[in-house]
Amino acid sequence: MPEVAVALWCIAGFLGAGVVGAVLGNRPFATPLVYGACLAIALLGVLVALGVLFGGAPATAVVLPVGLPGIGAHVRLDPLAAFFMLVVDLGAAAASLYAIGYGRHAAEPRRVLPFYGAFLAGMNLVVLAADAFTFLLSWEFMSLASWALVVSDHRSSASLRAGYVYLLMAGFGTFCLLLAFGLLAGTSGDFTFAHLRTAGAGETATALATMLVIVGTGSKAGLMPLHVWLPLAHPAAPSHVSALLSGVMTKVGIYAFIRLVFDVIGDFSPWVGLVVVMSGGGTAVLGVLYAVMQRDLKRLLAYSTVENVGIVFIGLGLALAFRANGQGPAAALAMTAALFHVLNHAAFKSLLFFGAGAVLAGSGERDMEKLGGLVHRMPQTAVVFLLGCMSIAALPPLNGFVSEWLTFQAILLSPQLPQWGLKFAVPAVGALLALAAALAGACFVKAFGVVFLGRPRSPAAATAHEIDAFGLTAMLTLAWICLAAGTLPGFVIDALAPVTRDLTGSALPAQASLPWLSIVPIAESRSSYNGLVVFFFLVASGSFTAIAVHRVASRRTRRAPAWDCGYPLDSPLTQYSGASFAMPIRRVFATVTFGVHETVDMPRPGEMRPARFRLRVRDPAWRFFYGPLARGVERAARRLNRLQFLTIRRYLALVFAALVVLMLVVAAWR
Amino acid sequence: MSTLWFDIAHLFAGGVLVLSLALLYQDRITAVINVFALQAVVLSLSVAWQSVVQGAPHLVATAVIALVAKGLIIPTALHRIVRKLDVHREVERAIGGGPTMLAGLGLVALSILLVEPVVDTADPVAREDFAFALAVVLLGLLMMITRRNAVTQVVGFMSLENGLVLAATGAKGMPLVVEVSVAFSVLIAFIVFGVFVFRIRERFDTVDVNVLERFRGERREHL
Repeated sequence: MPEVAVALWCIAGFLGAGVVGAVLGNRPFATPLVYGACLAIALLGVLVALGVLFGGAPATAVVLPVGLPGIGAHVRLDPLAAFFMLVVDLGAAAASLYAIGYGRHAAEPRRVLPFYGAFLAGMNLVVLAADAFTFLLSWEFMSLASWALVVSDHRSSASLRAGYVYLLMAGFGTFCLLLAFGLLAGTSGDFTFAHLRTAGAGETATALATMLVIVGTGSKAGLMPLHVWLPLAHPAAPSHVSALLSGVMTKVGIYAFIRLVFDVIGDFSPWVGLVVVMSGGGTAVLGVLYAVMQRDLKRLLAYSTVENVGIVFIGLGLALAFRANGQGPAAALAMTAALFHVLNHAAFKSLLFFGAGAVLAGSGERDMEKLGGLVHRMPQTAVVFLLGCMSIAALPPLNGFVSEWLTFQAILLSPQLPQWGLKFAVPAVGALLALAAALAGACFVKAFGVVFLGRPRSPAAATAHEIDAFGLTAMLTLAWICLAAGTLPGFVIDALAPVTRDLTGSALPAQASLPWLSIVPIAESRSSYNGLVVFFFLVASGSFTAIAVHRVASRRTRRAPAWDCGYPLDSPLTQYSGASFAMPIRRVFATVTFGVHETVDMPRPGEMRPARFRLRVRDPAWRFFYGPLARGVERAARRLNRLQFLTIRRYLALVFAALVVLMLVVAAWR
Repeated sequence: MSTLWFDIAHLFAGGVLVLSLALLYQDRITAVINVFALQAVVLSLSVAWQSVVQGAPHLVATAVIALVAKGLIIPTALHRIVRKLDVHREVERAIGGGPTMLAGLGLVALSILLVEPVVDTADPVAREDFAFALAVVLLGLLMMITRRNAVTQVVGFMSLENGLVLAATGAKGMPLVVEVSVAFSVLIAFIVFGVFVFRIRERFDTVDVNVLERFRGERREHL
């Protein structure tokens, strides 16, 4: 059986699991059954994708006799689709394994199980679709299924609001894509990607379609300022679904961008690259700045997703700019960096969301100001969460470092670009990326330190318990993937070679065969990195230090007050809190950007009331983009509302006037 | 010979259009209904002539339907309604006769301007027919929006329908089914409007639609 057929059967299997979930959802055995089935199917999907990536088989395509009559549904499995299928199914497998145990906490499993299967099927189908109709259909299917998962907790008004905002943004994104496809197809009526590739819609139409694609896919991936739904919707879902939304679905948005811009449109000016690079840089910095200031753990992770999407888009924009100038190897480097980061982010963001879910299940809290000291209560979760934090903060020898390093290597090639605007702008974006990476480090020091270290800030945190074995296995697996991809990046880069060859016309030189498993993206004289050596150095020096400390230092146990930073008080409130950790960064970077408003209400001497400190942070996207937009729409709606109360005769007169005007236009035009 | 045939077809179609304009000008309801009946008769003549010209015997059926339903049954029924409701003396217009006629003339010019180049290559009979038919449709719409009485609005709607029949029969090869369905739809619309008008009358003691608007809680405004 060809690979694409197996992939299609996987999709059918996911749908079947969803149906089983809908029928049996209330039985106690349904949760492990559905998630177990999804796990098996997702693993099969991973195998298929790996087979295509490593097997080097040519792209296989099938036309299914479903969909619009006479057109059918075109599906195609090429290396790009296989890579994203790998990301999707890897995330899906981990989430399903995690949910076998975690799913027990769902209050109403029937609100989750059916849509879980449907969501996985939708994401897989988007990746395989090879005509505009199938693509949009599965895209909307994915959006609606994930919307249902976001509002699965239908009793909380916050998640309903999140669902509303998400639905609006998803509809807007699909609308943009619909228009883009219309522009690309012109009047031919043939909407297969194979035809759109060769159609050649004309310069203006192509440029307009490219912008629409950036907006449409960017709204799904979380590009500024279209990210506003993401920090609302991702935390509202159950944690394993949050992991899928954040770690995987944003990647489907990125897939759509790559597929449509690099593959289907294919012919773009270097300035498109500039637009994408700049918006990626802005997204990265603003996303991580906002993440630093969060106190809800899952919201912090969601904003950090915005940052990572920005990093991916920096790589993609560079690849666009290089490819438009015919610089294949540089484009291949940038593209490899972006795709590598896609894989990495899928792994560590899922891991971190699983960790947040474990904290939530163990203590019932996701407000970081009420957590703390969990390293004693949840030691295993703490270790894997720390690994995830180190990966996302791009510490060597973990995987986050490799992809960000590759992105920097691509940025360092920017003087090759002939356009002066790009020559100046790209290094500036490099500085933004460096800033974002540093802030991400601070952000995850805060996340780990406040949640797991120190003393518990609430009774819930003091009595937290460790998560079940399924959840731990899922997190451990992802942690191993992070470590393996970080220490042996050459194999990942080689697996990406067929994808970059399809997209940019060239690929990085084969890395796995280099001595000592180093990676050398451009030339030995320029730069090279060896994760394995760094890893062994860290292990060796760490062990050496530990042994030395044990041997040399006194063995006598000493007792001293913990966290006694000059405040020898018992109350855990005297500890460093998340907000106090973020304060310097907030003061330096965010006062203007986010309109931070601090008020201190200090009682006069003798007054008995407590002092209050109030902090208000507003997303600039809401202030400068959506606020005016919403007000404008409201004003227009109030004007148009009068049309609701016209007489029948006037309605007819309106229709009549419209008809006459149209006829006059037709008559005048000829 | 063929010029004569063409001229006669032209005459009938033009007659329908002239009667549409006459319909627009009438002040009294009884006169409106009479002119409408006359228009239906001329329409059926036109359709019958088309059946001779095109050699399409099924158009005779259409002509008969038009004659019986629109020339006879509907006007009689409308006369009865008007008598029962005691509105036959009422003058009701939202826009005065002069401006309405001017607008109507403009619409006729527009439709000729519009149709002439579109069907330039088609058979001249069909071309003239289309121009006239479009004008009749537009005039029917104009009548619907310039009148304030429900009964005259119904008449306007049915004269619009006449324009559709004129267009349908002007083109060759229009199957009978279509015309039958058009006739039926008019009949059903007529019934609905009839019931509707009686209901309004029962409740509000008038068929002036402005009263309905007041009932919906709106300001009374005149164009």
